[in-house]
Amino acid sequence: MTVANIEVSETPLMLYALRRADDALILGHRLSEWCGHAPAMEEDMALANMGLDLLGQARELYTYAAKVEGRGNDEDKFAYLRDVRQYRNLLLVEQPNGDFARTMVRQFFYAAFADLYWRAMMASSDPTFAAIAAKSEKESAYHVRHSSEWVVRLGDGTEESHRRAQTAIDDLWAYTGEMFAVDDGERGLIDAGIAIDPATLKARWLKTVTGIVNEATLALPKSDWMQQGGRVGSHSEHLGHLLSELQSLQRTFPGATW
Amino acid sequence: MYTQALNSSDGDDRGVEDVARASQFQARIDADERIEPNDWMPAAYRKTLTRQISQHAHSEIVGMLPEGNWITRAPSLRRKAALLAKVQDECGHGLYLYAAAETLGTSREELVDAMLSGKAKYSSIFNYPTLTWADIGTIGWLVDGAAIMNQIPLCRCSYGPYARAMIRVCKEESFHQRQGFEIMVTLCRGTAEQKAMAQNALDRWWWPVLMMFGPPDQVSQHSDTSTKWKIKRFSNDELRQKFIDATVPQAEFLGLTIPDPGMKQNENGNWVHSPIDWDEFKQVLAGNGPCNRDRLAARRKAHEEGAWVREAAAAYAEKRKSRQLAQAAE
Repeated sequence: MTVANIEVSETPLMLYALRRADDALILGHRLSEWCGHAPAMEEDMALANMGLDLLGQARELYTYAAKVEGRGNDEDKFAYLRDVRQYRNLLLVEQPNGDFARTMVRQFFYAAFADLYWRAMMASSDPTFAAIAAKSEKESAYHVRHSSEWVVRLGDGTEESHRRAQTAIDDLWAYTGEMFAVDDGERGLIDAGIAIDPATLKARWLKTVTGIVNEATLALPKSDWMQQGGRVGSHSEHLGHLLSELQSLQRTFPGATW
Repeated sequence: MYTQALNSSDGDDRGVEDVARASQFQARIDADERIEPNDWMPAAYRKTLTRQISQHAHSEIVGMLPEGNWITRAPSLRRKAALLAKVQDECGHGLYLYAAAETLGTSREELVDAMLSGKAKYSSIFNYPTLTWADIGTIGWLVDGAAIMNQIPLCRCSYGPYARAMIRVCKEESFHQRQGFEIMVTLCRGTAEQKAMAQNALDRWWWPVLMMFGPPDQVSQHSDTSTKWKIKRFSNDELRQKFIDATVPQAEFLGLTIPDPGMKQNENGNWVHSPIDWDEFKQVLAGNGPCNRDRLAARRKAHEEGAWVREAAAAYAEKRKSRQLAQAAE
């Protein structure tokens, strides 16, 4: 029995799956924190729905990462027995829920990307990715619709909701650049037709985001400084707290089956 | 059960306004016809059902909190997804039931306000804390198990919308119950620590679960009219007995001990429990359970902190409507 963190062999393909799995798990976890506390019951349902979609995506991606890695790790070992420095998710998805505006803006920024991303990944030469993409694309399309409708309602709602939505955009904007970044390992997968180049999605993402933000009578920040680091394990302070909660039982009762 | 406060009388409000219509109404009930929202019904029938259905809805919504307490700490991704989906189902039940209650003429907002103000009740069981993961298994196994005992007969309730809601709710509840039992099986086959965790959860939940069925028949207030109207088909004690008889072999299968050393099987094969501490039950209903204040505070906080969101949605809808009208006028 051991409480130690697992060792992970981060080959490019494995790491690629792991990063997307971490994105989905951490964002899904954040959404699940709302359960029972949302502004309306309909929203409790919707946030749980999106959280469940993301958890499902995470599980498929972890399972694939484990298969590619071939070292006997599995979805739960990846989720529960890695420390902050071993997590590979985007900084955006680990940002705390804050108020409902922040949760929805975070969801919108991510989903507007994920929708384009998974649609493009349906053409991956890797059949597992293509299959996960086909399912995830449908889910992401709903996430974009739901979150963008809220961004518009909040931006063009009351003075207070406008202020909150604008603050959320201003605070989260610097975390959006990381979605389009590529490292050398990923470049190889792109060249092989396994992954797609996210830079090719940027213009369309920006068009969607600008369109909704304008409709919401909100504005995007002028600053183009972007935070990076999640993909290599340099996270914000928030992730450690999330993980200490997420992993508490596995860490307290090492080796038990649940 | 989820509507225990019905057992406390608020005086005789059963004056019948129209003798002829009332006897026609009773004849329909006796013929096992379903009463639908637009049908004539005695004011007391409407009132009883509004209270029962809305208390049931409140219980579903407040019931999200004790289990929601473990969503972020569920010990595997499969358990996490199952628990999130389960709590989401409860929210769905709440919404569905509020809609059924609204068919009787009271708005969801009014019903929710009555809960938030502490005026309307919800099931006493949700005022107990979930301390360990085994509590999640125990709630599924016992709390949902008890709820099913109570709700299956409600599928034949005389009021159509409630009966139909219960059919759907029961399907999901029995899935939850199996899920909870499966958590217990896993814990009981696990390490010694896990087994102890399971036993401890059973020790803490057993008596509060028996109280879910409400006071013993000889002191229950509303059962007579509810029975006549075919809202209630079995008495509190009958349902409690059914539940215990079904649960004893399950506990045996798990290798857990029901925390009632005096419980004995009678000549009919029924398990007879020791006296229930009804003072505890009264205290919990009166607001003095371990979590009453926390539960209400959490619901109020969600409601208050969500106010600006709901206002924004309403303001936006209003703006959009006037823009559309202005466009149409052009």
